Amino acid sequence: MSYIDKHRNLIDFTLSSLLRRKGKNIALILVYTLVVFILSSVMFFTHAIKKEASIILKDAPEMVVQRVVAGRHDLIPIRYIEKIKGIRGIGLPNARLWGYYFDPIAGANYTLIVPDDFQYGQGDIAIGKGISRSRLAYEGDIMPFMAYDGALINLRIRNVLSPESELVSSDLILISENDFRRIFGISKEYATDLTVKVRNQREINTIVRKITEIYPDTRVITKNEILRTYDAVFNWRGGIVIVIMSGAVMAFIVFAWDKASGLSAEEKKEIGILKAIGWETSDVILMKFWEGAVVSVTSFIAGIILAYFHVFFASSSLFEPVLKGWSVLYPEFKLTPFIDPYQVSTLFFLTVVPYTVATIIPSWRAATIDPDSVMR
Amino acid sequence: MIELINIKKTFNAGRPNEFSAINGVSLSIEANKVTVFKGPSGSGKTTLLSIIGCMTRPTSGRIMLADREVTSLPERFLTGIRRKTFGFIFQQFNLIKGITALENVMLPAYPMGEAYYPLKKRALETLDMFNISNKALSKVEWLSGGETQRIAIARALINIPSVIIADEPTAHLDTKLSHEFMDIISMLKGEGKTILIASHDPLVYESDVVDRIINIRDGMVAEWV
Amino acid sequence: MIFHPAIIALLLSSFLITFLILYSSYFGLRIVRKWDIKSGSELQLNLERRTYLISTILAYVLGFQLFSLFLYIYTADNLHSLFVGAMCAAGTLNVNAYGYPTLILKVVNFLLAGLWLILNYTDNRAYDYPLIKKKYVFLLVIALFVTAEMIIQTNYLLRLKADVITSCCGSLFSTDTRGITSEIVALPSIPMKIAFYLGMAFTFVSGICFLKNSKLTGYVFSLASAVTFIISIISLISFISLYFYDLPTHHCPFCILQREYGYIGYLLYITILGGSVLGMGVGVVMPFRDIKSLSEILPSIQRRFAIISLVLYFLFTAVVTYRIVFSDFKLEGY
Repeated sequence: MSYIDKHRNLIDFTLSSLLRRKGKNIALILVYTLVVFILSSVMFFTHAIKKEASIILKDAPEMVVQRVVAGRHDLIPIRYIEKIKGIRGIGLPNARLWGYYFDPIAGANYTLIVPDDFQYGQGDIAIGKGISRSRLAYEGDIMPFMAYDGALINLRIRNVLSPESELVSSDLILISENDFRRIFGISKEYATDLTVKVRNQREINTIVRKITEIYPDTRVITKNEILRTYDAVFNWRGGIVIVIMSGAVMAFIVFAWDKASGLSAEEKKEIGILKAIGWETSDVILMKFWEGAVVSVTSFIAGIILAYFHVFFASSSLFEPVLKGWSVLYPEFKLTPFIDPYQVSTLFFLTVVPYTVATIIPSWRAATIDPDSVMR
Repeated sequence: MIELINIKKTFNAGRPNEFSAINGVSLSIEANKVTVFKGPSGSGKTTLLSIIGCMTRPTSGRIMLADREVTSLPERFLTGIRRKTFGFIFQQFNLIKGITALENVMLPAYPMGEAYYPLKKRALETLDMFNISNKALSKVEWLSGGETQRIAIARALINIPSVIIADEPTAHLDTKLSHEFMDIISMLKGEGKTILIASHDPLVYESDVVDRIINIRDGMVAEWV
Repeated sequence: MIFHPAIIALLLSSFLITFLILYSSYFGLRIVRKWDIKSGSELQLNLERRTYLISTILAYVLGFQLFSLFLYIYTADNLHSLFVGAMCAAGTLNVNAYGYPTLILKVVNFLLAGLWLILNYTDNRAYDYPLIKKKYVFLLVIALFVTAEMIIQTNYLLRLKADVITSCCGSLFSTDTRGITSEIVALPSIPMKIAFYLGMAFTFVSGICFLKNSKLTGYVFSLASAVTFIISIISLISFISLYFYDLPTHHCPFCILQREYGYIGYLLYITILGGSVLGMGVGVVMPFRDIKSLSEILPSIQRRFAIISLVLYFLFTAVVTYRIVFSDFKLEGY
């Protein structure tokens, strides 16, 4: 088919022209790749972290009941369970104990949790990788804690946690109920909060209403709300970074515009020759289209592949602090690789579309060089 | 075959640097003849050639190409006619550097949508006609003056045009190469091509192969010879 | 607004598209006023050169417009978790009054850009550019629509706030609420199926008649393909989607774009959008068959458009029919 042959011939010539002007094109492709790389790293990272959060919360109970005193989260009396479990459609409510402990030596906050099925006994703990790294504490070591009344409590490390997701477990300490109550001075009648499993998703709102009717001093947080908040926070962070990066994208666009419009005398002459020997303006525009397509596709794919390795195999080492940064103990986690067409098309709109728009007018200008210019 | 009726061309119309390159030329050019446009540099012969070759549109006047009026055609169609009708040989030969001789010869045919391999075969045959098919894969900047000239002529022939237009083809050639060029012209004439040459080189316009000389001065036809 | 990368991408692209269209219509306006094909003046040569730029821009705009339509739906789908009660794109688009108008404008602008390119393609085949002024007046109309889309979309996206209670596709496209969409859903499935197949059959018959004698049936075919486009979209909501979801109550036209359904929605939307642009294009250029410079080439251009349009419509019908016949799901009886 002549139409396809025409494109084949033009692509052929475009590739050979690109190779002839290596210096100029390599600079452009490098900058282009860098921009795609940065933007896609941000997007892959925020997306993967949202996914991670939803994996963590997958098995979490549908709702958490907290007691609020004077507008602040307070300990909840365990006897609240008695009335709540009477509500139809829920599993047995569970009292949870958890809290934060500030370690002056590491200068960091640890998260202490009493698991339902703590496999070690009183006096034992299991710690997260981050704590192990910062304290150089390993299995069998003793770790001292200062209780609420100033007493020192020594606990033996029985295990360093290595779960699927280090994001939340990095600063985690698993502890027995008695040790927890001893450190924080919490009496047997109280827990940090209650969790409630709900069998039917549709009834969540009704159950929330019933609980707050029975105990007006409680606040119920549903799993969906937590997920939504995670989503919002990470969308926001990703969006803000992209807005900040828009300066870089803008600079790149100006650079691309400049490259496309600042044709060397040589290139101008070349286009003049093409027009003189029988190429039409739209043929040159088509050639320029293929040129842009080759440059864009090369840089786009290269940028995405680099970002993929950066985020999923190199732990996003370049901008971890910006995007995570809520804890002194940076989790050194590996995210589960995940890309979908949606992210790729968003990236396409953020990079390829502006690049293309910036080059339309310069390539048209180049294509309208007079054919008789070579005869003057 | 080609008829020009009162052709005028003005550059930069309405501005202080306005100037008229062609001031009312009417001509009739016959097919299968060698016609030379003779005149000093700046006389407008190159502009006239590019108007005849449908490369530049005249400001006013009409051109009939095989009884078809082409002046009012938009570029899109003019180019279509131009690449089927005319083959161009330029003063500097204007080959594209960095690609092979073969690619240079094939270039004018690329937008026509011809399949690559038949096109390549035809390009090699054309090169063979000028005994330079052994240089097909050399980059053009490595070729000698004579070879460059023959590549440029082969390129002008690739789309099988009926008219060959050459602008000062011998300006940068020594006597031997200039004679060689005129020999090729005579061969092309023998094949039935119409040939238009702009030149002020006596070696060209005094050649036996030339049928007609048109003198151009100040953008007008000066006299008939 | 919500700082989401895709929202920024959508805003950016609509600003760029609007800029390109306004830039083109400035020169379009000059062409409408100053065009004189007979003249060899520098102004005319300049305007002729501009036509190359504008056709290039419109070709890009058509592509971007199609991409942004899908990105828009995809974004709405992706954001549904931020809105209580929204379970897919349908709920997110309902968060404020600008969601659906934006969607409709995106489809309309895609169709308009496609029709412009058809007009342009036809015009460029005639040596005297007979449609040039009409084409650029039409461009000014497109500029209005594109600008409107930009304004409405910006309004929609900037007014998005997480946590607003919205209706999800379950309630938006379910029979117990009132409104235009629920009326579509409430349409009885058997008459709707008959309407769908009748529309398609009529389009095919008129298309084949047009290909055979290529007389005035062109208008009939064009009208038929436009009406069938609308019927198909309604059918998509009313009964086609149900077969893809295997659910009697899920009428959402967006979820079929998702991975769970093998991205089959893209095939459906692209065939129906492409088919309708080309089908309508046949009618749009119909009045110009008497123009001397077009009279010889236009019939063959129209034939080509009609054939591709029929092939695309056929693909759409084939995929839908295959699913209806081979799905275990039986709609009737619910």
